[in-house]
Amino acid sequence: MTHLRWPVALAAVVVALVMQVSLFPHVAWHGVVPNLCLLVVVAAALTVEAPFALLLGFTAGLALDLAPPADHVAGRWALALTVAAFLAARVRQDQKPSALAVVGTVAAASFVATSLFALSGVLLRDPATSVAGLLEVVLVALVWDVLLTPFVLPPLMRLFARLHPQWATS
Amino acid sequence: MGALGGHDGRERRWTGLDRLESRRPPRSLLVALVLASITLITLDVSGGGSSPLEPARRVVGEAFGPAEATVAAAVRPFTAVPTWFRSKGDLADQVRDLEASNAELRGRVELAGFERNRLEQYDGLTTAAEDLGSALVPARVVALGSRQSQSFTVTIDAGSEAGIGPDMTVVNNDGLVGRVLRVTRSTATVLLVIDPDSTVGGRVGSSMEIGFVTGSGSLRQEAGLDLRLLDDASVPARGDTVVTWGSTTGPYAPGVPIGTITEVYSSLREATQRAVVEPFVDFSALDVVGVMVPSGSASDRAVIEADGTLR
Repeated sequence: MTHLRWPVALAAVVVALVMQVSLFPHVAWHGVVPNLCLLVVVAAALTVEAPFALLLGFTAGLALDLAPPADHVAGRWALALTVAAFLAARVRQDQKPSALAVVGTVAAASFVATSLFALSGVLLRDPATSVAGLLEVVLVALVWDVLLTPFVLPPLMRLFARLHPQWATS
Repeated sequence: MGALGGHDGRERRWTGLDRLESRRPPRSLLVALVLASITLITLDVSGGGSSPLEPARRVVGEAFGPAEATVAAAVRPFTAVPTWFRSKGDLADQVRDLEASNAELRGRVELAGFERNRLEQYDGLTTAAEDLGSALVPARVVALGSRQSQSFTVTIDAGSEAGIGPDMTVVNNDGLVGRVLRVTRSTATVLLVIDPDSTVGGRVGSSMEIGFVTGSGSLRQEAGLDLRLLDDASVPARGDTVVTWGSTTGPYAPGVPIGTITEVYSSLREATQRAVVEPFVDFSALDVVGVMVPSGSASDRAVIEADGTLR
């Protein structure tokens, strides 16, 4: 089943990205939408081996950077999601993570990824909004991601675990 | 025996550690991927307009554009659901408001006819009259950039096949929406005027003073846009309409309404006038937009010509 993991993971990223830009803006809060790509990456990092999760984080970030409505400097989401995947992979213990651990990991990854993206904008002299505005975006995005965790993470983690029997059994 | 047991224990511990180690995220891969990201950022920043990543953006856009359009079309019937639950009272109120604004607009249009005729005479003198009329390609918004990405851009479902190219002006029935950044075959990316990166040449309606309108980076209509006038001495009046100053060759077509001035600040230190312009367009509810293309250009869909006919 392992040969299927890349196609399945990439399909999950594509679906997440399209939902994120086409469906969720209708329910967005002041333009902030849940970062579904981040949820896919965290699900992979919590279930499968770290190199795969890191590469998936980079790929998902690159897709976010290049897919149509995006106009920021490419590579910023790739950086943010790679680091988020690394952190999420470090959190994982040998046993299956508890529900609380999953929610905590999503919250931490969301905070780190959105903040890293915002900080890279500050470094690149993007005419960004105020620090208060950035903080608001980071916190609202965190709440969105945590709210969607119960619906998105369990099926994704089950899917990834089934594609990696050698990790799922131990 | 004890030594053997200890040896066994150590063996186990070592193998256990090994297994743990193998599951630790590899730092080398992290460093490699972070460096790759930074390389991409550097390439894109230094490339500017002709960035080496533009072809990649185009390829990804060709792939994602149709998917976004499909999902947006599937979602559209559901976003209309809240309008089914409006009471008769709501609708009656809306009819009354619309009748009032209709009467006001009709009065304005009756006057505008005279003004327009006079303007056409002047324009005839400069032989620009026929060039001013450009056609509109109708399109729908299929995807919105998230605010986490710090840019205010949307994707529309019309691209190069519909006759759209970069730097064309995008409007809706309220006023200026933005300009086209890049196109794929079936979609185009539009930079909204509320983006902090966006600068539009603006003209105050009553005084004809020119200035620059910059986005404020907020979807809320009252947050508005920033207007700075070139002439420090002139003070814009509240309630004045701001239209694009533009040129027929530049990114923004001239004479498109942007918004009304709601506040005026004068900064003593900088000796300039700063005004807040509330845009006519509600950017949180963008749907149908029109892209201004040169009159008579080929398109894969019906085009609205300057005189209102459909072609």
